[in-house]
Amino acid sequence: MNTSTSTKVSPRDRVTGTPFTRGLGILVLAGMVLLIVLGLFVSPADVNQGESVRIMYAHVPGAWLAYLAFIVTAVSSAAYLWNRTRSLTWDRIAGASAEVGVLFMGISLITGSLWGRITWGTYWTWDARLTTTAFLFVTYIGYLAVRGLGGTHQQRARRSAVLALLAVLEIPLVHFSVELWNTLHQEASVAGRGTNVDMDGLMLFTLFLGVVVFTLMYVWLVLHRQRSLTLDDMLDDSGLDNALTARRAEAEGMAR
Amino acid sequence: MDNAGFIIASYIITFGAVGAYAVGVIRRSRKSARDIPRDQRPWL
Amino acid sequence: MSNSLKGSLPKNSSAVIATARLIAAKDLRIERRSRVLLNQVLPFALIVMVMFAFALDSDAVLERVAPGLVWLATLFSVLVMVSRSFAVETADGALDQLRSAGVPATGIFIGKMLALMVQLMVLVTLLVGAAVVLYRASFSWEGGVLLVTTAIAATCGLAAVGTLYGGLAAGAKGRETLLPLLLLPVVAPVLIGATRATESAFGTNGIAISEGWPWFGLLAVFAVLFSVAGAVAFGPLLDD
Repeated sequence: MNTSTSTKVSPRDRVTGTPFTRGLGILVLAGMVLLIVLGLFVSPADVNQGESVRIMYAHVPGAWLAYLAFIVTAVSSAAYLWNRTRSLTWDRIAGASAEVGVLFMGISLITGSLWGRITWGTYWTWDARLTTTAFLFVTYIGYLAVRGLGGTHQQRARRSAVLALLAVLEIPLVHFSVELWNTLHQEASVAGRGTNVDMDGLMLFTLFLGVVVFTLMYVWLVLHRQRSLTLDDMLDDSGLDNALTARRAEAEGMAR
Repeated sequence: MDNAGFIIASYIITFGAVGAYAVGVIRRSRKSARDIPRDQRPWL
Repeated sequence: MSNSLKGSLPKNSSAVIATARLIAAKDLRIERRSRVLLNQVLPFALIVMVMFAFALDSDAVLERVAPGLVWLATLFSVLVMVSRSFAVETADGALDQLRSAGVPATGIFIGKMLALMVQLMVLVTLLVGAAVVLYRASFSWEGGVLLVTTAIAATCGLAAVGTLYGGLAAGAKGRETLLPLLLLPVVAPVLIGATRATESAFGTNGIAISEGWPWFGLLAVFAVLFSVAGAVAFGPLLDD
């Protein structure tokens, strides 16, 4: 690694930040505080679920944004594969979005499990939606693992892009089979109990706020992560350039 | 509030995980940026 | 060589078929000479089935879950077989050489898939036999028809997915641990469908044979979808 041009990044220097992300970040923080206040304290408990409905304000937006994140990954992957729009930026967006998607989905699974513990007494149930969610989670962890396989940036991009599109094919199939499998066991009745929420105005607003806040969080995270990935790729490239330059200098030196 | 433990844990896990990830991304990019001149960042 | 998705569609279908035949024959010939399936994979699968008996420890339970155990053992074996199918190619860079010689990727995919499917059919047949012996499964002639068609559809789907994902991970370090992680979630529908159909064929829990045919339908859809997906995606995956 070439250290002669390395400079310390001063604490005040924002690397992946721009005025836009700074403003966005402030909005996110404010939104988070408001969501916590409303979710935990101000909004009322539910008639059926009791206090556990408060978990929904974090769980539901997380799940929705995770699905959105994976859709973005699939679309970006297609954009990369299509000749006319091929650009590594799409690949990095796909990767960043998948990472954030895995994060949100993990959070969603855990909070959903805690909610289930309160409502049904169990941490897990094999209904179609939950099982498919778990599969989606593992599938995208596999996707992230494939991104780390190495090779050139283009190889990584092509492999992961194909994988993302295959995942889009596979997830409905898994959901459909699990759904069929589940109707045999009729465990859906367990899931049905206690999920009917009669939401009053403030509860609906808090849920809506949750979706907005999570969406802003998603955008902020993907922007920063995508730029971070760009820096990593640039570093890889410059590292390669430096190595080639050094090697050529070596060769010339030996030729003399 | 009954089951307060579970509910508060959910919020801590949620925002904690997001915050930890955000911190991780920022630190990672600062580390990578050390060797790349400021003017080469395409978003600035 | 064009590296867009379009470039992988067969321009000359007889070249694809010829390639498929050659590759399938080559893979099967390698198997016949090295006998890896017979000497290593089959014993592994049989041991897995014996291990199930130790773990579940009840004749009644074993008889009830026999269909699931057969297909679980098959799934685990697929992981090993796919890994080998591509180790054969990447060892001497054979795959790269085939590609740069202009051999159609679709043909390579179909060839490897067919060879894998044949080997899987042999494996499944033997494992069903083991289930009859070890777990006291049994089936009628009518159940046998369902069983055979199920096996064909299931092994076709497994071979398609295995070849596709095997190609994706081929030559990459960390492939051995990555392939199971990638493959198992994808083949869940096959496990579900094949187990339910086999349950009907065996008459486990008094399930009628007629109830197994919809599951065969699911397996057939899966097999077709992933065969097509594999034929299309294999080219871009191999291109460098």
